[in-house]
Amino acid sequence: MTGYIIRRCGQAVIVVLGVILLTFLLARLIPGGEARAVLGTKATARSIAAFDLRNGLDLPIYDQFWRYVEGIFVHFDLGYSYKYNQGVAAVIVGRLPKTLTLVTVSVVLALIIAIPVGILQVVRRNKPVDYALTGVSFFFYAMPDFLVGTLLIVWFAFDLKWFPVSPPTDASAWTIFTDPMAFVLPVVTLCVTSIASFSRYMRSSMMDAMAEDYVRTARAKGASNNRILYGHALRNALIPILTLLGLSLPAIVSGALIVENVFNYPGMGLLTVQAAFNDDIPVVLGTTLVITIATVIGSLLADILYAVADPRIRLGGE
Amino acid sequence: MADLTDGTMDPVFNNVESEVGLPIGDGEVLRAIDLEGSRAPVPEGGESTSSGGNLRQMGQVFAENKLAVVSLGVIGFMILFCFLGPHLYPTNQTNTQQALQDSVQNAPPGNGNPLGTDESGFNILGRLMFGGQASLIVGLLSALVATVFGTLFGAISGFFGGWVDSLLMRIVDVLLSIPVLFLLIALVTIYHSSEILLILVIAFVSWLVPARLIRGETLSLRTREYVQAVRVMGGSRNRIINRHIIPNAVGTIVVFATFQVADSILLLAALGFLGLGVPAPNTDWGTMLSNGVNAAGNGYWWQIYPVGLCIVLVVIAFNYVGDAMRDSLEIRLQQR
Repeated sequence: MTGYIIRRCGQAVIVVLGVILLTFLLARLIPGGEARAVLGTKATARSIAAFDLRNGLDLPIYDQFWRYVEGIFVHFDLGYSYKYNQGVAAVIVGRLPKTLTLVTVSVVLALIIAIPVGILQVVRRNKPVDYALTGVSFFFYAMPDFLVGTLLIVWFAFDLKWFPVSPPTDASAWTIFTDPMAFVLPVVTLCVTSIASFSRYMRSSMMDAMAEDYVRTARAKGASNNRILYGHALRNALIPILTLLGLSLPAIVSGALIVENVFNYPGMGLLTVQAAFNDDIPVVLGTTLVITIATVIGSLLADILYAVADPRIRLGGE
Repeated sequence: MADLTDGTMDPVFNNVESEVGLPIGDGEVLRAIDLEGSRAPVPEGGESTSSGGNLRQMGQVFAENKLAVVSLGVIGFMILFCFLGPHLYPTNQTNTQQALQDSVQNAPPGNGNPLGTDESGFNILGRLMFGGQASLIVGLLSALVATVFGTLFGAISGFFGGWVDSLLMRIVDVLLSIPVLFLLIALVTIYHSSEILLILVIAFVSWLVPARLIRGETLSLRTREYVQAVRVMGGSRNRIINRHIIPNAVGTIVVFATFQVADSILLLAALGFLGLGVPAPNTDWGTMLSNGVNAAGNGYWWQIYPVGLCIVLVVIAFNYVGDAMRDSLEIRLQQR
């Protein structure tokens, strides 16, 4: 297992370095150059030269990249936002926990709902309940998240007034636990697509497990149906879900960006879109980099859990 | 699952039987799972005795899938609606001044405006056609660009193997681990959006899945006898890739291009919804929906439901067509 985890960590490091290289290149490829993006289109050649000198943009490209990497890891420096007049890291630091709690709560909730739904579909397979749940999950899977959010707001916040239109904006990341009513709509919006795909996957992975030899053996030994379902099939069917979770994280984080904008929740996604409106390229690249690193770490954790949960890997079997 | 530790990034890839349905992102997962269910409509054995042409047979399998035929109809209708519609039902969609003068803002359906008007006084039925043009064109073209580029990238990667393959696939890994909307917004911020740039930018975040799939196909194709025969006879690499590998992978390519159209339309709609879509005075369905949300608080339902329905219908239709095409493709694969 150690070999697997080391290899997996190595891949994560390569991906993170790749993303850093990408954001670096994107910043250098701004049409007209970084200086013009900051100083405006009317900037004189002299002020541009001064800006380049001050920010090390006159150095050779590999030197610049080295300084960029060093800045990120040594000084936690993600660049400077001229729109906020502070470092990008300082702008981001308050926003990241909000997105992380939103995503974590939604993922946990999605798993809690999707796993029993998948099991139920296997227990009642090819019966009306199974077909109905399949239909429902395809419906929600096909609904784009921005449309789900919009409809939820219109129905439950505007018309029925059951929930507020948006969570309190100035609150800390923990408000999601202290004021859960305000977060029902955002969390539901972020959940439904994941629930649809997780439960579909759970159903098929449970079906696969039910066809395995160990299930037949257990049946032959006279184990009860429940014992087979929960003692044998479920434990094996849960393992692939962890992989799916790791793979789905980038898409879920993308969904969080939409949800934050629909519900005006000040996390990384809302920050990114506002920065896009302000042409604040350093902030947009900074949030992209940070959220990607967070996503990569999340996927890595899911894969490590997978290795721990699956005895075939844990015991080092090839 | 014996080869879990072979260094592939995602163990689940080895768990899926068919190369066609690798679960890559959230969007791919259901498609992969669905393979299991989609095996069902395989025709009863022995029926297809005459080899009446692969294409005709694939067409038959496709036609048996009623949902797919209906979906094809929906797509055809939407294309006619958006591109022919404005000629049959001309409305002013670009002149804001005139729209404000000529009609009532936020008027409910009826009275010369079958679907009402929006906050600027534009006729919504006409605007659906107008915005749909941008959504469909950007969706189709960016899917085309993404598929062509991804195919070449994947074919080169799989064909050359070794360090080229590792390097190219690490690039794909990196781009796939960035949450797609963040990357998309970064690109839109740096390269300000016009319709052409939106096509390229959406293609830039979308070529990764076809690249991985075609690489997988290539890896399996290049070990086949006919490719080895060409190699022995001294055929060039270009010839092998262009004449043998890509034509044999064309089914996979077309299927995923179809799915990609749906995804591209959704990506553009998401961008539009965030206010970063096709710039004014033009519009797209996502932008229309986003404008409608602000109005929906006042009960102007006609500004969100029709456009929401258009997006969902087109996206589902392309997905069903892609599904059915994959089913018919699998029948061909079984005979190979």
